[in-house]
Amino acid sequence: MSGWVIAFGGILRREVLRFARQRERFLAALVRPLVWLFIFAAGFRSVLGLSITPPYKTYILYEIYVTPGLCGMILLFAGMQSSLSMVYDRETGAMRSLLVSPFPRWFLLGSKLVAAVMVAVLQVYAFLLIAWIWGIRPPLVGFVAVLPALVLAGVMLGALGLLISSAIRQLENFAGVMNFVIFPMFFASSALYPLWRMKESSLLLYHICRINPFTHAVELVRFALYGQLSMLSLAVTAGCAVVFFAATVVMYDPAKGLWRGKRAAG
Amino acid sequence: MQQSAASNAAALAVAGVSHRFGSVEALRDVSLMVPQGSFCALLGVNGAGKSTLFSLITRLYDSTSGRIEVAGYDARRASRQALARIGVVFQSRALDGDLTLTQNLAYHAALHGIGGAAARARVAEVLALVGLHDRAAARVSTLSGGQQRRAEIARALLHRPQLLLLDEATAGLDVRARADVMTLVRGLIATQGVSCLWATHILDEILPADHVVVLHRGRVLADTTSAVLAAGQTLAEAFLQLTGLPEGAA
Repeated sequence: MSGWVIAFGGILRREVLRFARQRERFLAALVRPLVWLFIFAAGFRSVLGLSITPPYKTYILYEIYVTPGLCGMILLFAGMQSSLSMVYDRETGAMRSLLVSPFPRWFLLGSKLVAAVMVAVLQVYAFLLIAWIWGIRPPLVGFVAVLPALVLAGVMLGALGLLISSAIRQLENFAGVMNFVIFPMFFASSALYPLWRMKESSLLLYHICRINPFTHAVELVRFALYGQLSMLSLAVTAGCAVVFFAATVVMYDPAKGLWRGKRAAG
Repeated sequence: MQQSAASNAAALAVAGVSHRFGSVEALRDVSLMVPQGSFCALLGVNGAGKSTLFSLITRLYDSTSGRIEVAGYDARRASRQALARIGVVFQSRALDGDLTLTQNLAYHAALHGIGGAAARARVAEVLALVGLHDRAAARVSTLSGGQQRRAEIARALLHRPQLLLLDEATAGLDVRARADVMTLVRGLIATQGVSCLWATHILDEILPADHVVVLHRGRVLADTTSAVLAAGQTLAEAFLQLTGLPEGAA
């Protein structure tokens, strides 16, 4: 077996083992969207009327609309969790052992990203299964079609998480990420309400939502879940994934980025 | 390949390395050489630049100027070959406390492209070498401080490196555990033929015949044997005199 495959397998295995050890992390990742689905969406069902909007072919309940957004929420939080663990590993020194591997840094970071996405995608499928039992039933083909969309959206959000991790100097600063990245990205998107609704309320906010990459990640998942492809969302999500990952590689490059400015202890 | 014929004899060759963190000069024109199969103590107080030098050797980041070669491979231009020949024990813990010793070592073997039966054999081999074969299934967080340092050394030896870098490897250990680690490392040099750069500020760890490089405020002040450096005094007295530090600093 090639050394590259072995190295990727090792990184993936560690991610899975760590995840399996932290069952509360799995529960927290599931409880968050389920609370939104069971409580928030039930409350909003009567307030928000939803007309026929692609990819839906009929009027739909709010729970159905919000489900792809909640899949995106799982991926978004998983990406930020990955960022948090990178900052933690850097503070404790554990990341050094990863970065002194003879494999190129882009490969190590990419492997860590893909491994984290695979774990996050499992969480999304667990959520979709519970949503199915709750009565949200997209076509069965959608469960297969959504896989590449989830992977791509996960890679884009995970790469953003890695990029953020390169800019955060201390673990304590991570609360700022919640306030300045996760919440604005999630609320200023099409995850919770259709953009035409947003346009009626505020044109400026509508345009902000339109340029938010998270909106396109959610729409990519939404269309895929119904066996369709949104080319615009695919292009934006893929483009952002490439840009975020390339910027991460630059930030972690030994000759550039954060490591040059961080003084070692002794 | 950028392997230099001139440096074939050296496990590590550092030539004229300087590094700055913004306006702070961390290393200035540092040069040292560790011959193959030898022990070299990098002696310096906290903040001397030892960890910065280790970070440059392991290419955590690149130096501002100068050249570093590991077994003749340029750390910057042939970093893959250079890093494949280095085993490093950092000052801070690199093992995952939530995973077992075997799981940790299998992960680090994979980071060097070693998997399957070869990885299992190497893990068993290094655990036996450091005397932890009976703790293979234990979670790292349940190991004592001394056992964790030995586990870190086992991790560093997995890919059979030519050069072992140990950064304050005995920090926080009691006298017995420190002696165990020192005996282990010196034994590895004698039996496995690895070279070792041992960064420390604990003078008791250095024997009279040891090669010593004194690093102070980012500069090399001495590069000789411990006995020559001491020159009739204790090593502590000679170190304080050389660095100009007040008594009790070493």
